[in-house]
Amino acid sequence: MLAAEKQWQRFTPEERLAGFAIYLGVVAAVVFSLRTVEVIPEFLQDAPTQIGDLFYRMWPPDVRYYPATVHDALLETVHIATLGTVFTMIMAVPVGLLAARNITPHAALNTLAQLILVSTRSVNTLVWAILFVAVFGPGALAGTAAIAFRSIGFVGKLFAEAVENTHRGPIEALRAAGAPWLSVLTMGYWPQVRPAFWSIILFRWDINVRESAILGLVGAGGIGIVLDDAMNLFQWHRVATVLVSIFAVVILAEVAVNAIRKRII
Amino acid sequence: MNRVDPATRTESGPTRARSLVVRNLVKEYKAGQPVLRGVSLEIDGRGITAVIGPSGTGKSTLIRCINRLVEPTSGEILFHGQDLAHLRGHALRAARRRIGMVFQEFNLVERLTVIENLLCGRLGYVTPLKAWLRRFPERDVGRAFDLLEAVGLKGFATQRADALSGGQRQRVGIARAIMQEPDLLLADEPTSSLDPKTSVEIMELMVNLAGRENIPVIINIHQVALAKRFADRIVGMSGGRIVFDGPPSALTDDDLKTIYGGEAWLET
Amino acid sequence: MAGDVSAPSPPTDERRLPRASWLVRLGWLALATYVVYAVSLLDITWERFYAGLGHGATFVARMVPPDFSRWELLLQDLAESVEIAVLASFFGILIALPIGLLAARNMMPLWVTWPARALIAVCRSFHPIIVAILFVKAVGFGALAGILALIVASIGFIAKLFAEAIEEISMKQVESVRASGAPFLNVITFGVLPQVFSRFIGFSSYQLDSNFRVSTVVGIVGGGGIGGTLFAAFQRFDYDFVCAILLSIIALIMVVEVFSARLRATFQ
Repeated sequence: MLAAEKQWQRFTPEERLAGFAIYLGVVAAVVFSLRTVEVIPEFLQDAPTQIGDLFYRMWPPDVRYYPATVHDALLETVHIATLGTVFTMIMAVPVGLLAARNITPHAALNTLAQLILVSTRSVNTLVWAILFVAVFGPGALAGTAAIAFRSIGFVGKLFAEAVENTHRGPIEALRAAGAPWLSVLTMGYWPQVRPAFWSIILFRWDINVRESAILGLVGAGGIGIVLDDAMNLFQWHRVATVLVSIFAVVILAEVAVNAIRKRII
Repeated sequence: MNRVDPATRTESGPTRARSLVVRNLVKEYKAGQPVLRGVSLEIDGRGITAVIGPSGTGKSTLIRCINRLVEPTSGEILFHGQDLAHLRGHALRAARRRIGMVFQEFNLVERLTVIENLLCGRLGYVTPLKAWLRRFPERDVGRAFDLLEAVGLKGFATQRADALSGGQRQRVGIARAIMQEPDLLLADEPTSSLDPKTSVEIMELMVNLAGRENIPVIINIHQVALAKRFADRIVGMSGGRIVFDGPPSALTDDDLKTIYGGEAWLET
Repeated sequence: MAGDVSAPSPPTDERRLPRASWLVRLGWLALATYVVYAVSLLDITWERFYAGLGHGATFVARMVPPDFSRWELLLQDLAESVEIAVLASFFGILIALPIGLLAARNMMPLWVTWPARALIAVCRSFHPIIVAILFVKAVGFGALAGILALIVASIGFIAKLFAEAIEEISMKQVESVRASGAPFLNVITFGVLPQVFSRFIGFSSYQLDSNFRVSTVVGIVGGGGIGGTLFAAFQRFDYDFVCAILLSIIALIMVVEVFSARLRATFQ
């Protein structure tokens, strides 16, 4: 063998160039950001002490605060998350079907649906909440709407992907038997997509429970407003109570989701 | 022999409601490279016709053009007095209801039960709402159970389709096709995913059930031995054209060479 | 035509179509009941909804056309959000990787994985906005609080998924590298990392996406970036500027999504 044939290079020249370009890009982005972002170095050095001080002030949590104020607000938070997820189910499925290229063969409709999905998830839940507070007034209605609309993009996108990943075979068989299009959907696509659909809904519900906790900060209901009040009054022990209860609810939600996943899916 | 009256485009002579006439069927997947080069075929409304030939010669394309799973580029497919190649929408669905198909990969809906898969054969006759609620006519449900027994799967009604073996799934596939009460049965390599013993069982089942109901069958098959054993008529394809058409007894080794080997299928 | 002997035959011989599982029906009913209950609990009434639609219409009217006149301010704040996202992602990934490795139960002993996993759980449980509020209280208003909050969020997500990915690798490959006498770090490089690399790219790009999304709103609670400008404009009823800001945020996120999709595609 010639000497040239005995050499091994892990990456082709094109790959090396690409890798280098990415490396350069990342370094450039980070360095540029470090230099332009307005961070006062003293604050950064002081940060650990400040954070420690904050935790010191929060301990121990004020337990008596819980039944009076926190409990109801916490329940409201969970209801906002759940109701919002239910409404998203109804809204995201049609949009997802429009976006799935095997169900809707028209590129224009696909693009329109994808655009709707991208826009709804680009706008943060908090911003949706602000918008809906302006429209519906403060309260849980605004919060539920915010959760519902934000989730459309998430659920719709994953749902469309699941639909596009179905096996063509059974669909072909149903079409070959002369089944009407709606029946092909319900008897051919839905049985295949069903487990993925519920998995997506559960996943989003879990995230929505977390998201609902902060909506109160802008007046959209839930426990956020209790947290905001306590922080504005510098009642750190109460802040701790609220934080701990949010933590507990989030953990419970995750446990519930895992349990349901194992049983149903 | 059936003659076609060009003025009215209907068949004269002995009418066979279940006969199929394919005329000059051409299919090009890529422009200028036809897979089917003007295939013409007449199926009397009875009997088992086996289409044999090497891979890529258009057997599957031919079968799938008949029920329009593949769109023909040009040509006519006359069935029930209609040209299947030019039907659309509701008319196409109505025509498909009368044609049953058995697939190589069975194509059952895995997450549905066996009985539900059988009833899928009647989806063309039931509104989507009724189908969703599983309200099928009693007669259909009764027939489904009868067919289950006929294919040897008595008692399997509530099993999920993905719990069955390959041979069992194909039995369900055959039953589903027969559920349509079709006037024509198409089978696209129904035994290619099965072991030899099960292949024979499946062929016997199809032949018996179709014979019982007088349904003509067109099978696309690559195992020549099975074709010779079960078919009444063998159509040999090579290079997108029909090069042999006759009873199995007339199929000689030379014919097989023409179909499968030698220069024949290298010709453009 | 006997059925396959190997598969069990269920005892049922009923000829009725089995009804959909009553559990499923009960589930749907429970869901419907819950919706009615929750709607009344949250005081969601048709009047409020219709009133809201009316406000919504006026609202949208005031937002259109969007006002881009203050585009310099817009771009500046947007740039700050981008910087927050970039720095948080970079440092977040850097810190999350060793923590994730420490949390992998097939690589580390229990007394190491337990505190690592506890740390990850705490980082994950709080919404980045809440964490941002706490950091604002601790280190003051500005981008630093936002960056620190997103670093915490990134650790929670990336370390968890990284640990899960490591726990799912085939230990046989690791064993073979270990058996050759390689030091620990080499075992990681040659045995572990190749197996988790593509998943790592997947969830890192997902977190990059997420960081960009959140960086646009941490400003609402004082964490720097365009969120503050948005909130201020809102409170001033400057709705056409709000619309301009929203459109730029959507555009930014779309670009980031395309970029990270491209990244995923190249490395997988």
